Amino acid sequence: MALNKICTVCLRQSKNELRVLHSLINKRHHFVYTPDVKSPVKGETQKMNMFQAINNTLDLALKQDETALVFGEDVAFGGVFRCTMGLQSKYGPGRVFNTPLCEQGIVGFAIGAANMGSTAIAEIQFADYIFPAFDQLVNEAAKMRYRSGGQYDCGKLTVRAPCGAVGHGGLYHSQSPEAYFAHTPGLKVVIPRGPIKAKGLLSACIRDPDPCIIFEPKTLYRAAVEEVPVDDFVLPIGRADVLLEGNNVTLIGWGTQVHVLLEVAQLAKEQLNVFCEVIDLVSILPWDKSTVCQSVKKTKRLLIAHEAPLTGGFGAELAATVQEECFLHLEAPVVRVTGFDTPFPHVFEPFYLPDKWRCLEAIRNMLEY
Amino acid sequence: MATRKCLQLLKNRRYLHTGPYFPGAQTTWTEKLSFVTKSSYAPIPVYRVMDRKGSIIDPSNDPNLPQETLLKMYKDMRTLNTLDKILYESQRQGRISFYMTNYGEEAIHVGSAAALDLEDVIYGQYREAGVLVWRGFALQQFIDQCYGNRDDLGKGRQMPVHYGAKHLNFVTISSPLSTQMPQAVGAAYALKGTGRVVVCYYGDGAASEGDAHAAFNFAATLECPVILFCRNNGYAISTPVKDQYRGDGVAARGPAYGIHTLRVDGNDIFAVYNATKLAKKYCLEESKPVVVEAMAYRLGHHSTSDDSTAYRSQEEVDQWATTDNPATKMKIYLMKKGLWSEDEEKKFLKETREAVMKAFTHGEKKLKPNWNECFKDVYKFMPEHIEKQMNEMKKHVDKYKKHYPIDQYEA
Repeated sequence: MALNKICTVCLRQSKNELRVLHSLINKRHHFVYTPDVKSPVKGETQKMNMFQAINNTLDLALKQDETALVFGEDVAFGGVFRCTMGLQSKYGPGRVFNTPLCEQGIVGFAIGAANMGSTAIAEIQFADYIFPAFDQLVNEAAKMRYRSGGQYDCGKLTVRAPCGAVGHGGLYHSQSPEAYFAHTPGLKVVIPRGPIKAKGLLSACIRDPDPCIIFEPKTLYRAAVEEVPVDDFVLPIGRADVLLEGNNVTLIGWGTQVHVLLEVAQLAKEQLNVFCEVIDLVSILPWDKSTVCQSVKKTKRLLIAHEAPLTGGFGAELAATVQEECFLHLEAPVVRVTGFDTPFPHVFEPFYLPDKWRCLEAIRNMLEY
Repeated sequence: MATRKCLQLLKNRRYLHTGPYFPGAQTTWTEKLSFVTKSSYAPIPVYRVMDRKGSIIDPSNDPNLPQETLLKMYKDMRTLNTLDKILYESQRQGRISFYMTNYGEEAIHVGSAAALDLEDVIYGQYREAGVLVWRGFALQQFIDQCYGNRDDLGKGRQMPVHYGAKHLNFVTISSPLSTQMPQAVGAAYALKGTGRVVVCYYGDGAASEGDAHAAFNFAATLECPVILFCRNNGYAISTPVKDQYRGDGVAARGPAYGIHTLRVDGNDIFAVYNATKLAKKYCLEESKPVVVEAMAYRLGHHSTSDDSTAYRSQEEVDQWATTDNPATKMKIYLMKKGLWSEDEEKKFLKETREAVMKAFTHGEKKLKPNWNECFKDVYKFMPEHIEKQMNEMKKHVDKYKKHYPIDQYEA
């Protein structure tokens, strides 16, 4: 809610003031956005930021699938991040609607609608507030097909939740809870790095026959702009993207962190004459083991970076698997540069994040190992 | 300046002389400061059709059901009793791992199920097996689930009594309490306008969960044709209702959420039937929810893992079992009508016992599903990492066969 207020305040400023404010916000970003230049499909493209790409995807889903429902807290007026703008007036309050303020209710309701064959696209306002729905997601959504012997499922369920650092989100507007869900067989978990990816992954989640969670890095909603295909398309769940090829070190991240790592690769080349291979993991569950291991076998060194805390973070799963699969290839221990094992702090955010300097230093140490 | 402007504005407004206009409530003013308490309202009365002796009190309440329906209702209650008795004892003998009986709540199950159509969707808690009996779930299917054998529709993955039957529109039971409540509401939203309703059963204890609150509120605000059906049997395991809530039961919460509510005698099958019939009619006509609270008493232990004499007296149980037993009450009603006799009762019970025993012996002999079913249905299509784990286990089992009970599982 606090962030929402900031957004509204921004909108109310005069253009000039807005520009000043904008540059201030930009200065605070700990990353430089690298747009995807290669379009995944042929056809017309349009310049969109990430919230517009998501809005466009929801629009297509509602248009193509009469059973599709979009709901959550404050989605009717367009959503606190503008992702559902204009959808209610286009598709009616029966299909795009506000729910009471109750996350366990939102996900429970969505599971039931999906049980009956509706495409249920639920929004949790911030990933930080997904925990009241943890029981519904972990004990119910994830296990429904299994426990009923395949009689019932809620595969048509998709949960969208804004996640990650945003500069000033403090404890409850910054979290990256993907690792909690990675431990839950039955769920699929994806995180886009920008508008094209968000559109392709969200349409994949909506169509996927299993319950999916898509964590949308909220700092990218406005900051990430690129040419997005206007037509409908799907990008695969479970497949990682090699964004930059290199021979010396593999860098793995997801969401906003991918952009930090792309910058780190540039710095490593300039300062250390080291060529990094940068991988966007894209999909947390299931995750793309073969792409990761193939890369590590080539580079022999792996750095994993994520915003979430170290202990029990998804980096641990990657590191354990890589040492198991690539033991004879590794020339240095797998390194994890992550958020600290503390809650996500407000004024200390610049010191908390696994920024490019911490990543670069880790590469330097790895090479000296 | 500002004050004068404000006063002027108020003078022009009509509502100065009418009630408050806060967006949060439509109400009136009062100048008397006093608490609203439980005693500000009379407790919600319990609707009944029959008295304790099985006589219809007001003939206009008699649903006048056809003879075969009445007999099916009664026989289904007794079938459930028989099934419960045999499966409970079989657990005591260690033949199945767990069981939960339905004693004292038969009329709730059968009375409500009889008032619905098969197309109406059921979300249950775990003590609603009578709904399945009414819908035609075979004795063999109950037993196959409890054994987790190869013919269990759930493929042996869940504990006993976690039934589910898609062909009977009975959504598979899960252990976490109340999770089915907001799900039932969502299902009802999806089914709006199709002429089908959703019925969601839960106990008085489950009604304390946050999901129950979510369900009541979502059902009301999103106007869903769902019957939120509470079985208030006085206990949640050992916890008596006085430790569960301090309001007027669960029914009193209905109006607080803006939901039409009924409270009925759960030992009176006709009261349950009439209430469910009315609730369904209202749900369909208004596309809105109904809360039903059926008052009952849990005659059995909570489950086979519970000895209820640790927290309540045998006299209390016996009193309910003899003076206000739902099946007995209907039996007296049928006998008074000349539709049932002690001979027919004896014959029916004998036949049912034999049928249950036959299914039981049969179910016990069946193999369990192939152990690789353990890896399936996690996702619609098996992902690579699970396939790898399955293949590793296969190799392991091949090598260490003698340490695993493979002869009890399908090859």
